[in-house]
Amino acid sequence: MRIETAGQDALIVYFADQTNPMVSATIQHAVTIIQAEMPEIIVDLVPSYASLLVIYDIDACDHFEIKRRLREALYDPDITNLGERDLVILPVYYSLESGPDLKTIADRSNISTDEVIDIHLGREYRVYAIGFAPGFAYLGEVDERIATPRLATPRQKVPRGAVAIADRQTAVYPAQSPGGWNLIGLCPTRMFDPSKEPSMPVKVGDQIKFERIDRNEYISLGGTL
Amino acid sequence: MSGLKVIQPGMLTLIQDLGRFGAHSLGLTHGGPLDRLAFNWANRLLGNDINASCLEVSFGGLVLESGVDTVIAITGAELPCTLNGSSISQWQTLSIKRGDKLELGYTVVGTRAYLAVAGGFDIPHSFGSSSTVVREKIGGIHGDKLQAGDHLPCDPISLDSNQFLAEQHRPQYGNSAILHVVPGYQQHAFDSAQHWRFFNSDYRVTDRSDRMGFRLEGPMIKSEIVGMLSEGICHGAIQIPADGQPIVLMNDRQTIGGYPKIGSVIPADTARLAQLSPGATVCFEAISVERAHNLHWLEKSRYERTQPEQC
Repeated sequence: MRIETAGQDALIVYFADQTNPMVSATIQHAVTIIQAEMPEIIVDLVPSYASLLVIYDIDACDHFEIKRRLREALYDPDITNLGERDLVILPVYYSLESGPDLKTIADRSNISTDEVIDIHLGREYRVYAIGFAPGFAYLGEVDERIATPRLATPRQKVPRGAVAIADRQTAVYPAQSPGGWNLIGLCPTRMFDPSKEPSMPVKVGDQIKFERIDRNEYISLGGTL
Repeated sequence: MSGLKVIQPGMLTLIQDLGRFGAHSLGLTHGGPLDRLAFNWANRLLGNDINASCLEVSFGGLVLESGVDTVIAITGAELPCTLNGSSISQWQTLSIKRGDKLELGYTVVGTRAYLAVAGGFDIPHSFGSSSTVVREKIGGIHGDKLQAGDHLPCDPISLDSNQFLAEQHRPQYGNSAILHVVPGYQQHAFDSAQHWRFFNSDYRVTDRSDRMGFRLEGPMIKSEIVGMLSEGICHGAIQIPADGQPIVLMNDRQTIGGYPKIGSVIPADTARLAQLSPGATVCFEAISVERAHNLHWLEKSRYERTQPEQC
């Protein structure tokens, strides 16, 4: 574990150089410890793949104190198992109609589009980070056979619910936005709804399993094309 | 409810309180006023709560009609202000009556003005704040910048006496700024030549600057990093993308990103940067985090000691 200065009121804790589910679980554990032990000095926490950004209240605590308290609290944050995680099922309508980049991904690995879909469905994914936009969850990691770099030219409009791949990450777009990820399907579940409590169906550390649905099911679950 | 009516919204007028904190876990950014000092003074002159909702008027052009007898204060960037066609002063409280027309022209010095009303605008909070983040469609009125016809609810209030902030206490906005930087993040991925160039060159503010980030133009800075894992981004963080042109991340920054960062501009100076127009010049000065904290405490104590005067 390495603590670096990020800014006047922020430190970043690096837990590893690369990520894996254990590193991510350790970070999640650190978030829990910090929230429990020093809520009065914490403004915001941003867990990500291998790091945790800690934004603190400089009117309540100085640079030395926060560093000391973090070192103490995170003295032995390594954990030996991945702990209890919530499993969230997200339905996806995979098709060439809803996933215009399925063919590109298939061609890259000389496999069929159905194989791409089966491979994407074939494992559970961990929520490594949430950011970029409200409700945008970075899920990892997809099988190497379907890992695909971002589009050279991002699309102006990616629809809400688009299920996408960028390198070994996959995600569901929470709102219509520009985007450069490869689109493979559409998910009718709202990933961010500010009027709901909780406003997101997933959180960092959750396990995600995709489930294939057909066009009619997609529409009946509220999806639009 | 009584309030003010937006006749002409201006180029970019946003409801802001101090910001939305504690919601980074949902991917929501902080928002809040770009120039916190000017924002604070607008509320303080009126005796408002420090977190009262104000208008952040970027570049000006705002016209309001009052539907209420109340008191306002306009701080921040200098811009021509009139009440029913007669010139009025900034940095002071001013009573307005139902039917009055308030016009803010375009900014002359600085780019962000703040308009507060006694008691604050009554805007519902989402995720603990009224701050508008247009990119997220969160806060303000319908998550958007002000539109003609919008109603800004506020209570009728009268104050016994008017107050102003003496000129020598007001921030000076100009056409250049020194930005103090706390080195951090991937600072070691930039060799000494890059550090020297970064801290000894002038950079120009480009017109591709907004509440998310200020894109600067100047000598190219190279990092030794080819690919890195995305990580949390704090206020003022200086990203160096592949083109080597620094981007200072501001209030509406995305919460995580994968570009190397050389350090972060202190908040007091992101406020100065936010007041600059495209073409303005900035330079960076490295300071220790301890000195950054000292500067924060000095500025805070100066603010608390300074008293507004009675008109």
